[in-house]
Amino acid sequence: MTGERLTDGAPLLEVRDLTVHHGQLRALDRVSLRVFPGEVYAIIGANGAGKSTLLRTIAGLHRPTEGEIWFDGQEVTGVRPERRAARGIAMVPEGRRLFESLTVEENLQIGATYARKGPWTIERVYELFGWMAERRSQRTAQLSGGEQQAVAIGRALVANPRALLLDELSLGLAPVVVQRIYGMLPQILATGLTVLLVEQDVSQALRVASHLQCLLEGHTTLEGRPSDVTAEQVEAAYFGLAGRATGPGGGALWSGSTTSSRGS
Amino acid sequence: MVWVNDIIQGILTGGLYALFACGLSLMFGVMKVVNLAHGDLAVVGGYIAIGVITVTHVPVLWSFVIVVPIMAVLGYVLQRTLIQAALDRGVLTTLMVTFGLSVVIENGLLQFFTANSRGLGTGNAFITSSFSIGSQITIAYLPLTIFVAAVVVLLGLQYFLTRSKYGRLIRAVADDKEAAQLCGVDYRHVFGIAAAIAFGTVALAGMAYGMSSQLAPTIGTDTILLFAFAAVVIGGLGSLWGTLLGGVVLGVAQLIGAQINSQDEVLAGYIVFLAVLVFRPQGLTVRRAR
Repeated sequence: MTGERLTDGAPLLEVRDLTVHHGQLRALDRVSLRVFPGEVYAIIGANGAGKSTLLRTIAGLHRPTEGEIWFDGQEVTGVRPERRAARGIAMVPEGRRLFESLTVEENLQIGATYARKGPWTIERVYELFGWMAERRSQRTAQLSGGEQQAVAIGRALVANPRALLLDELSLGLAPVVVQRIYGMLPQILATGLTVLLVEQDVSQALRVASHLQCLLEGHTTLEGRPSDVTAEQVEAAYFGLAGRATGPGGGALWSGSTTSSRGS
Repeated sequence: MVWVNDIIQGILTGGLYALFACGLSLMFGVMKVVNLAHGDLAVVGGYIAIGVITVTHVPVLWSFVIVVPIMAVLGYVLQRTLIQAALDRGVLTTLMVTFGLSVVIENGLLQFFTANSRGLGTGNAFITSSFSIGSQITIAYLPLTIFVAAVVVLLGLQYFLTRSKYGRLIRAVADDKEAAQLCGVDYRHVFGIAAAIAFGTVALAGMAYGMSSQLAPTIGTDTILLFAFAAVVIGGLGSLWGTLLGGVVLGVAQLIGAQINSQDEVLAGYIVFLAVLVFRPQGLTVRRAR
């Protein structure tokens, strides 16, 4: 049960009317969002909807043309990515982006180099992922995709962030591996983290999210708690099929029973 | 026995070439900068040594204790300002900027030190003395010292890169600087550290060259940069120990070439260089140790 949205306090992360261009292309068009402490905020959308651009701009890797980003009560719009990391924004980038010539442990050590104080240590990551300790001295290229993803998550966790940004965790991974990785999320959340995730796999996102926002061609098309939106609404927002209750693509979108996954 | 002597002298010369090459290789491996001013910076290191010895009267062999830190600081500052500004505008811009830097340095040296060549530590007994093994082989102390220094520098560099915190950061930034930023790493600072190391090693090389030969404002590009490039390519780009192997192969080829015909010294080196490019373009060492 996801419970009521904790909107009493101040948001940990706030994005106001963010517009981002890639050259001539407008990747994001006045997108806003407010993420409150302890939430799992999911951004869904099709390829090219601007999800990754949004996450990368929040992390500081893109400069917005307009709009503001506020983190923990301070504006960070012009702050360099490494300074944002120091303030508590950590990102697991799309495609994992591990340091290939470094070992598993060295990757984690890089994440811990400028870490904030907090519960996460390299040892704690080894406890979370049981297999990792005995393979600590292997190069990351020798790991499977799912194992690499786990190292990428561990590398972000050891920085002890307040907000963890997860960009397409499921990309290129077998469904069973994706489920296992998302299954770790409650243990990660228990340490007081806030999660903002981007996911193409909508059913997976709905299963874990406490709040949902759908992007289409750089615009927000739907926002709400997973239990408050219907499958039809999500589908229409995802594909931009306004007014279409059911579509031929419906079966592909919902790999599981949405009602049960949202309610549990 | 003449050949054995040549090979030994060639190997020892290779130590000097490795000192020239390792900084070039490091800067390319970490920030993808081909530093065309690398050879001129060696000459600058040599001239700074002349100045330091004149002013402080430190023994020539110990002047590196002062010269290397000066050049390292210069490397950090140049990387954080000029070279980083060029990098922000694209990798090709760094070629133009370092080429420009090379022209500025050469003309600056000509202006202040004239075109006359100068030796470093001429008259020092150690620099000119040697010992003999048998009747055919004579080994001078200076090339032997330079070779040992090169091995010590490479060992130290390898230890630093694999074992230390900043070495780890350098390798991580070389792999993926954006991912490093997400881990809170200021890659520009790490680039600065890598440049400081590169400038420190090339200063050492410039001093070694000044002791074993003569310094002149234009030799940076004419001689040193080309030999450094040849050593890097022969050994394998981005490989630390490859620069030593490349330097040794180049040195041996040059001395054997000189033995055949004294005019063929430089030519022989470049024939080996071209042969490696044709038959083994990745260099003699495959293992990458960035």
